[in-house]
Amino acid sequence: MSYCRQEGKDRIIFVTKEDHEAPSNAELIADDPNDPYEEQGLILPNGEINWNCPCLGGMASGPCGTQFKEAFSCFHYSKEEVKGSECIDNFRNMQECMQRYPELYPQEGDTESSPQEESNTTAAPASDSDSTPAVSTSESAPSSDSVSPTDSQTAS
Amino acid sequence: MLKCKTVWKKLAPLARASSTVCRQNVRRTGLNNGRTPALAPAAHMSTGAAGGGGGGGDNKLYVLLVGAALLGGGVYAYQTVRGDKQRYQDRLTEISSRPNKAAAGQPSAYIQSEAPAVEATETEEVHEQVSEPQAAPAAEESSPPAPAAEESSPPAPAAEESSPPAPAAEESSPPAPAAEESSPPAPEAEESSPPAPAAEEPAPSETTELPPVDSVPSPAKFPSHAPYLLIGGGTASFAAARSIRARDPGARVLIVTEEPDLPYMRPPLSKELWFSDDPRVTDTLRFKQWNGKERSIYFQPPSFYISPEELDSAKNGGVAVLTGKKVVHMDVRGNKVQLNDDTEISYDKCLIATGGVPRNLQVIERAGDEVMERTSLFRKIEDFKALDKVSRNVQSITIIGGGFLGSELACALGRRSTESGLEVIQMFPERGNMGKVLPEYLSNWTTEKVKREGVKVVAEALVKAVTYKDDKVEIQLKDGRVVKTDHIVAAVGLEPSVDLAKSAGLEVDSDFGGYRVNAELQARSNIWVAGDAACFYDIRLGRRRVEHHDHAVVSGRLAGENMTGANKPYWHQSMFWSDLGPDVGYEAIGIVDSSLPTVGVFAKATAKDTPKAATEKSGTGIRSESETEAVAISPVASSTPAPTVEHQKDDYGKGVIFYLRDKVVVGIILWNVFNRMPIARKIIKDGEEHADLNEVAKLFNIHED
Repeated sequence: MSYCRQEGKDRIIFVTKEDHEAPSNAELIADDPNDPYEEQGLILPNGEINWNCPCLGGMASGPCGTQFKEAFSCFHYSKEEVKGSECIDNFRNMQECMQRYPELYPQEGDTESSPQEESNTTAAPASDSDSTPAVSTSESAPSSDSVSPTDSQTAS
Repeated sequence: MLKCKTVWKKLAPLARASSTVCRQNVRRTGLNNGRTPALAPAAHMSTGAAGGGGGGGDNKLYVLLVGAALLGGGVYAYQTVRGDKQRYQDRLTEISSRPNKAAAGQPSAYIQSEAPAVEATETEEVHEQVSEPQAAPAAEESSPPAPAAEESSPPAPAAEESSPPAPAAEESSPPAPAAEESSPPAPEAEESSPPAPAAEEPAPSETTELPPVDSVPSPAKFPSHAPYLLIGGGTASFAAARSIRARDPGARVLIVTEEPDLPYMRPPLSKELWFSDDPRVTDTLRFKQWNGKERSIYFQPPSFYISPEELDSAKNGGVAVLTGKKVVHMDVRGNKVQLNDDTEISYDKCLIATGGVPRNLQVIERAGDEVMERTSLFRKIEDFKALDKVSRNVQSITIIGGGFLGSELACALGRRSTESGLEVIQMFPERGNMGKVLPEYLSNWTTEKVKREGVKVVAEALVKAVTYKDDKVEIQLKDGRVVKTDHIVAAVGLEPSVDLAKSAGLEVDSDFGGYRVNAELQARSNIWVAGDAACFYDIRLGRRRVEHHDHAVVSGRLAGENMTGANKPYWHQSMFWSDLGPDVGYEAIGIVDSSLPTVGVFAKATAKDTPKAATEKSGTGIRSESETEAVAISPVASSTPAPTVEHQKDDYGKGVIFYLRDKVVVGIILWNVFNRMPIARKIIKDGEEHADLNEVAKLFNIHED
């Protein structure tokens, strides 16, 4: 059973598991998914890519940022049956650029340590996706590991 | 010009006199001859013809006067034009050297190819245009140039479009059609090449007079203009740089920092780096994260950045870091800053992220050199290296300060004490560790934990005096206790760096310190402040200044967004965390001040509820506890998995603590409970009054992992 104690201005409550079994009746205000102030996930409400998403780490801002943006934008807006099939050139450019900076973009397939994992990621618990999309899976990774809980959109 | 006026004034009576004489003669002859009065030339003729007539003497005088006036005017005009041409040349040279600095970002090729061409033609037309104002007094003779000057003025607005020659173009009418040597293409001459045909002849001679335009300015050490200038090279600055680059494609960002290092993160300096196995950790500065992965404290390796010299020319822009330079003066009106080596850098948008410097105790500062030599402050990489060295060479270290930094250092050094026999003492004025943050019962509990880490805690200690005696530093407390030690580490707070406030005319907050900025982190137009130095308006929680790592990241990012046009207020609440040994770890958000009333909801802890056991995804990514298992082997370091407590009931193993202000939750601590920060953030964002906080606590599922 829970019990309660008061020490001056501070109140202390001890609860057992059973005490907390009943669902909470605390009311939370519903979130507005289009709130402009809120941190957005990878895809903005208007469908565009949020290049500043913590989930992308340094991909969009580093030396190969331009190439990355081009490749990923092409993929995002691709309407082909095999999504992104027309973006091969963009991805090749990006890969070439990344090969010039092996320190920043390790090639082995083990997710790199630098750009993603600094605690730039604030709330997004989805930042267990601290792993940056490795080059080979760059198309799919950003879409899969994005997003904060308040974000109701799905990444493409 | 003035000379012209005075000359005209002198000439005017003469001219009037001569014209009156002229008119009189004309009338006389006209009346005599019955002809209508003719213009001056007719008068000339008539007077000339009637030279021998009655008005002969007058006529002669008239001729003399007019002739003299015209001659004088002509001579004057010619001399003025010659002098002005030279002055114009000089001015052009000066202007063309300016655009090379100011318009550095522009495609320089375009400018340079156009500039010599346009200017070459302009120089030769100069005498036309310049003569325009001066031509007025001597209008009759110099009439041919005048219409030329007027004709050439229409191309002037056209030529203004070419940027650097623009100032020059306004002064001189560009390729005037009436130029003797040049061909007529005035309208076309606005763009680069067409002046080429006109410029052919003068080009060889002219361009030699304008060397700065053609050649790139001599290799500058760093750019004199940065579109985005970030003052300070810490966490907030780096976060802003990243944000700017993500949002503004090809942005050129220049970071100017006093430190010799590239941007790095501070929390590992007082936590993870001390737990590392690697003996070379002070050089590598690498640590193991909570997920087992190793990383450097530097946000990015050097290859991420471009060098300052390349900043202007890099095709896709980049981030350049200028180390070892301090900004000493800021000219807000002129949009430029001055460094400590007297160079100037102008900017379009500027971020001040200067952080702060550690405070020291006045009693120590007054205690003399021997004490000062044995006292360290702690903030930078070099401080970490120095303290690491000291800790291996002394027998006793005392940490003054019971807050985050002091407690973390005490625990880190306490762990070392088990291996090396180092005595670690921590003293502070509060009653327990984190006394200003945690409610008293929790602070006391934490202090016990710290003691278990091997630290001698001296609470309620107010330092009265510090002396150096018998090869020991002696600290005398106000209540009479004396502590003898070899080295002191002062962790008594941070003084925000607001040196630029005076020169920049920025407001400094008197309550919290730091630059006062609005909810969008803006101090004045084009100037933002982020990180430890920013006293900002939090829409939900009121004006505050926060000195935590995550806040530096969040505010830096926000400042970067606003510098690229976002106009968003501070809304996403930053969090902070601390680990004090293997048993005590917490994350917190909002205003966590022990003077506020609190409500704590605790569950009984099991063996699984410790930072080292929990797989935390706390949104911070750099908590590392895997190291502590290996290091903490002795009983003193309390490696027991479950916190052993005397009273089962008063075991604060894990739980949630709410901080209330006017019955609204303004701060939350998650005590040994991880991965729940989003819920906590939501509760603070709502800002609602909750009748029963136990119900709110249910949302956190504290009994689960």
